[in-house]
Amino acid sequence: MGKDRVAVIGVGQTEHRATRGDVSMAGLVREAAQRALADAQLTWSDIDAVVIGKAPDFFEGVMMPELFLADALGSTGKPLFRVHTAGSVGGSTAIVAAQLVQAGIHERVLTVAFEKQSESEAMWALSLPIPFTPPLHAGAGGYFAPHIRSYMRRSKAPDHIGILVAVKDRLNALKNPYAHLHEHDITFDSVKDSLMLWDPIRYAETCPSSDGACALVLGSEQVADDAAAEGRAPAWIHGTAMRSEPTLSADRDTVLPLGGALCAADVYKQAGITNPRTDVDCVEMYVPFSWFEPMWLENLGFAEPGDGWRMVEDGATELGGDLPINMSGGVLSSNPIGASGMLRFAEASMQVRGGAGDHQVDGAKLAVGHAYGGGSQFFAMWVVGSAKP
Amino acid sequence: MRDVAVISFAQAKNQRRVADLNEVEMLMPVTGQVLDQVGMTIDDIGFTCSGSSDYLAGVGFSFVSTLDGVGPWPPIQESHVEMDGAFALYEAWVKIQLGEIDTALVYCYSKSSPGDLPMVLTRQLDPYTVAPLWPDTVSLAALQARALIDAGRTTEPEMAEVAARSRRSALDNPNAQLAWDRPAGDLLTEDYHVAPLRKHDCAPITDGAAAVVLAAGDAARRRVERPAWIRGIDHRIEPMALGLRDLTVSASTRLAGEKAGVADGPVDVAELHAPFTHQELILREALGLVDHQNVNPSGGALSANPMLAAGLIRIGEVATRISSGEADRGVAHATSGPCLQQNLVCVLEGES
Repeated sequence: MGKDRVAVIGVGQTEHRATRGDVSMAGLVREAAQRALADAQLTWSDIDAVVIGKAPDFFEGVMMPELFLADALGSTGKPLFRVHTAGSVGGSTAIVAAQLVQAGIHERVLTVAFEKQSESEAMWALSLPIPFTPPLHAGAGGYFAPHIRSYMRRSKAPDHIGILVAVKDRLNALKNPYAHLHEHDITFDSVKDSLMLWDPIRYAETCPSSDGACALVLGSEQVADDAAAEGRAPAWIHGTAMRSEPTLSADRDTVLPLGGALCAADVYKQAGITNPRTDVDCVEMYVPFSWFEPMWLENLGFAEPGDGWRMVEDGATELGGDLPINMSGGVLSSNPIGASGMLRFAEASMQVRGGAGDHQVDGAKLAVGHAYGGGSQFFAMWVVGSAKP
Repeated sequence: MRDVAVISFAQAKNQRRVADLNEVEMLMPVTGQVLDQVGMTIDDIGFTCSGSSDYLAGVGFSFVSTLDGVGPWPPIQESHVEMDGAFALYEAWVKIQLGEIDTALVYCYSKSSPGDLPMVLTRQLDPYTVAPLWPDTVSLAALQARALIDAGRTTEPEMAEVAARSRRSALDNPNAQLAWDRPAGDLLTEDYHVAPLRKHDCAPITDGAAAVVLAAGDAARRRVERPAWIRGIDHRIEPMALGLRDLTVSASTRLAGEKAGVADGPVDVAELHAPFTHQELILREALGLVDHQNVNPSGGALSANPMLAAGLIRIGEVATRISSGEADRGVAHATSGPCLQQNLVCVLEGES
């Protein structure tokens, strides 16, 4: 009884693009899964179970696509499990997969998350009318813009903070060959001059719509020890947490959601983190609109409420700063929605394994992956480390 | 593994069409009842997990609204699967195994009535090669029934016996949607719906909801006299493509049944999620229950088949019979996908 140790022993992702017209959905998930298996030096037959996640089925127009993907994911005769927890789903999916190992049920679990946004139009897929509910018809940006406006008012953050985040993340993405956006010409002014979509969110401060997938292989302590003995560093999972709160509740603070704070506190406690700002080496957090970086810095305990934007302005969150955020370029540079949470968890794992290439943070030993979804109401986080917990 | 039991089960009265309530309103009395029965509130629950389908609800993130209905404030530990509630129960069971929480609320729901269900379910099929042809679920099941008949493994009269027995059993189930008493011979005089299936061979289209409370060890014993302990639970999948599997057997059910330990003791009751008569026969064979006398005493999915909930209801029906002392050990099964593609088997047992 209790929790067994579990580690990430393989990471794979696709090249994320606006349209991956060269592959089917099955081809997309296989591209990521085969890279994760190759990284773990395993084959399909080594896998005990598959856990797959994605955001709403309307995004591709396939109901429960895991059913037709079962074959492509090599899951014949195995358990195949489908998670859907809104935008946090990529993170939640990895956590559900990790729990299968922690509970001692399986030794090697493949987890995959994907979105092929080019199959549809996400903004409209998110704007289907619900009876008796005021229509938004404005996609996620229209929903979150007032939250950001509220943050700016409360924190007295200057207007340019969002621009700084957008520039930083797109510059990081230039170091990440898998990233969707590679904007070599980006400047502060080019972001500033881009179209205002949902005031205060400019076009260039918004995540793209991407096709992409991410896959992780999770192994038991024995499996991870064997990988380590062969020189392939595992990313040990030091903690996982999920929290959910209502959409509609007078008690909610959508700028600094209690669910996010409780999720962070839970995962830090499991990982023995007492001062996140100094204990953690780097963070991949879910920032679909630039202003969410300072907001989440506060929500996750890296800054006091109202001070997150100062970390951005001081450059602390740049790749060379004291707490690099979104080294991969983040959601702002690649957003295959269902996979976006898992990509955060994957980047954290790559960092502590020392395998993040040009966007590696020197000596990263403890990293946080974070995802959120819904109306800032679903949260999934994990802490991974190079050392065994 | 840690001992985990079903300690409470509730379901909505299954109906062809719940026109005057939305999904949240349909579900809330059920989640309220399942907690009330064991004197609990959402504050006593360690983990909540639900199962539902956006395609049936007709909106993305439909589960978000129903989550509001359970009152997740202060924030809770929660997850959702785009699968039958039986799989949500599986996730909750895994979560409890980790030893950090002792209780879980599992719920699921769907309204199939706003759409044309057999057509909606075509959207599950391979979107490149099969779905464009719009083959409906009943026609796919008819192919399977035909294969079973052609293999000499069943007959239309035998299928009619399953239909007659299920609807007769449903007369004792106040939540059933279809319940009647007609001899099997009479049924065979009716026209085919999609040959070789007649209407009576098919599950009804149902709006419904169900919920379960799980509890571990003493947390279960403290709340109910006779918890229905989960002794084994496992699920397996097969390829979707009908040409890649033998439709006359259910290899995934057989494997899940072996892993769950169905054969490790006597089976007093079995609830099998068979939306078509011939599928009950395939499932019986896969689980070693060919001649079993107590299969689907609730009437089964043939008497009420709320999508995404009919599987969890099978677990609830077995658990209820164990908790009442009517049965000591039982098997519950849930299915998903065309022609029994994915299957979950759960073995439940009372304490002697």
